[in-house]
Amino acid sequence: MEKILEILEGCCPGVDFETETALIDNGILESLDIVMIVGELSDEFGIEITVDDLTAENFNSAEAIFNLVNKLKEEE
Amino acid sequence: MICNIISYLEYDAEKYPERVSLAGADISYTYAQEWSMVKKYGQAIAYRFGSENKPIAVVSEHKPLDIIFFLSVAYSGNFYVPIDPLLPENRIADMLSVIDPHFIIDNDDRLPKGISEKQRVAAQDLDCEAPQASPWLERKDTDPLYVLFTSGSTGVPKGVTITHRGVVDMTEQFCSVFGFEDGSVFGNQAPFDFDVSVKDIFISLKTGGRLEILEKKLFTLPSLLIQRLNERKINTLIWAVPALRVLSALNAFRSDRPMFLKDVMFSGETIPPKTLEYWMSSFPDVRFVNLYGPTEITCNCTYHIIGREDKLDRAVPIGVPFPNCSVFLLNGEDPVLREGDIGEICVSGSCLSTGYFGRPDLSKAVFIQNPLEKRYSERIYRTGDLSFKKDGKLYFTGRKDTQIKHMGHRIELSEIELCASSAPDAEVCACVYDEEKSVITIFYTGNTDSLSLLSHIRKTLPRFMVPKNAVKLDDFPKTRTGKIDRKVLLQMAKDL
Repeated sequence: MEKILEILEGCCPGVDFETETALIDNGILESLDIVMIVGELSDEFGIEITVDDLTAENFNSAEAIFNLVNKLKEEE
Repeated sequence: MICNIISYLEYDAEKYPERVSLAGADISYTYAQEWSMVKKYGQAIAYRFGSENKPIAVVSEHKPLDIIFFLSVAYSGNFYVPIDPLLPENRIADMLSVIDPHFIIDNDDRLPKGISEKQRVAAQDLDCEAPQASPWLERKDTDPLYVLFTSGSTGVPKGVTITHRGVVDMTEQFCSVFGFEDGSVFGNQAPFDFDVSVKDIFISLKTGGRLEILEKKLFTLPSLLIQRLNERKINTLIWAVPALRVLSALNAFRSDRPMFLKDVMFSGETIPPKTLEYWMSSFPDVRFVNLYGPTEITCNCTYHIIGREDKLDRAVPIGVPFPNCSVFLLNGEDPVLREGDIGEICVSGSCLSTGYFGRPDLSKAVFIQNPLEKRYSERIYRTGDLSFKKDGKLYFTGRKDTQIKHMGHRIELSEIELCASSAPDAEVCACVYDEEKSVITIFYTGNTDSLSLLSHIRKTLPRFMVPKNAVKLDDFPKTRTGKIDRKVLLQMAKDL
């Protein structure tokens, strides 16, 4: 989880990832942020995040992203 | 001859009253409905506020109704200035002080309180009895249609003033060169304070087409975006390059893909070869067009239709000029005639802006008499972009100054530096741009930490201008002449 927060904060400094739960729904993350985050997560954890994984539910909070990464890691 | 963009709407409403002209996620208007609203609001504006060619700010959050307000303002014989309410307050205040609007249309009450003394009106305020009138017919085609803002190196954004004539010219030339079909469906990506959207709005009017507004959120969730493109049978995309890059970087067409596409046109910055290759291999039957031009010449002045045989790993040319517009290279006051030699791109024609709103001093520096024309007066715009010609086609090579292109937007690095050095305890600031990674880094000296510096910048400048990294230095690397050595800084930024 710490690694994920570090990646998120590196991609979008200034966003409070620890408490925010509507990163997509409230438009806090923009499309280019998603590109950067998906790139870094894929490199860091050796996973493949596909377009079907890109849903609001999976990206609305750091915790949701954490759960997605874990799910994809198990599938590897 | 068409002298006012309202003519397009009047014609469409007469010819295709039942066609849907404008749609968003959950709302749509036919041409008849759009025309009757534009007429009603336009007449109310003229009746209540006059029709004397004045700037009217329209708070715009990328909704179909915004376009109806833009056209209503044009109908009323005034001109519109889109304002994005999500910009930092300081930025909005700067823009409002540049244009000093006659009044503000703020339908959803989105503008921060206290930012302006000007009267604000909503749709219901314009839903009043007003005399039948057509004030737009009193205007001439050299009158302004809109003002759009762009980054200014002096720290204040510049309002580029564009005329009806410029927009009619752009629209007619696009249609003559690309021959869009009657009733094309345009998928609008660009927000309305960004001039990429001007093409969608007016080309769809000219072609009796439908404009589908694609809200920003769709671009973070590509499968929903593709679903929308298919549900609404969108066939024409005139987008900024970063939007295409998002979809290629996320491999968005892995399972589903847009099925109705005919044309994909892009501008705003140089397209990365990988992005173009991804799109072109995903859509073998679609026409791809690279467009080039600064806001000051009404959208675009050159185009290149990408051939299937073009080598995509090389630079894509910006191509050849649109009809009714000259694009040529100057080196100082001298023409650059030999292929391969680099010069500054200069433009003349009906497309030229009338200059920066309220800033004749800034206008005078770049809108000048053509130095190659000694016999009569001809205005040209010096873009500051550098280019060379090869096999009759122009290629973009960079800038004369420190202006950059980032996330599709023009940014003066000096504007970020000026903003940063106004932060408490910041001293000298210098920005560099790593083009490969699209990252702005700011270096600074002074007694502040990087987070406070970045948060100061975030409060003042639009999001796309905020650097990704801030690095504190004890002292700047200097060149032999004692200037800040930006090459060394760039290398330091790349090594971060």
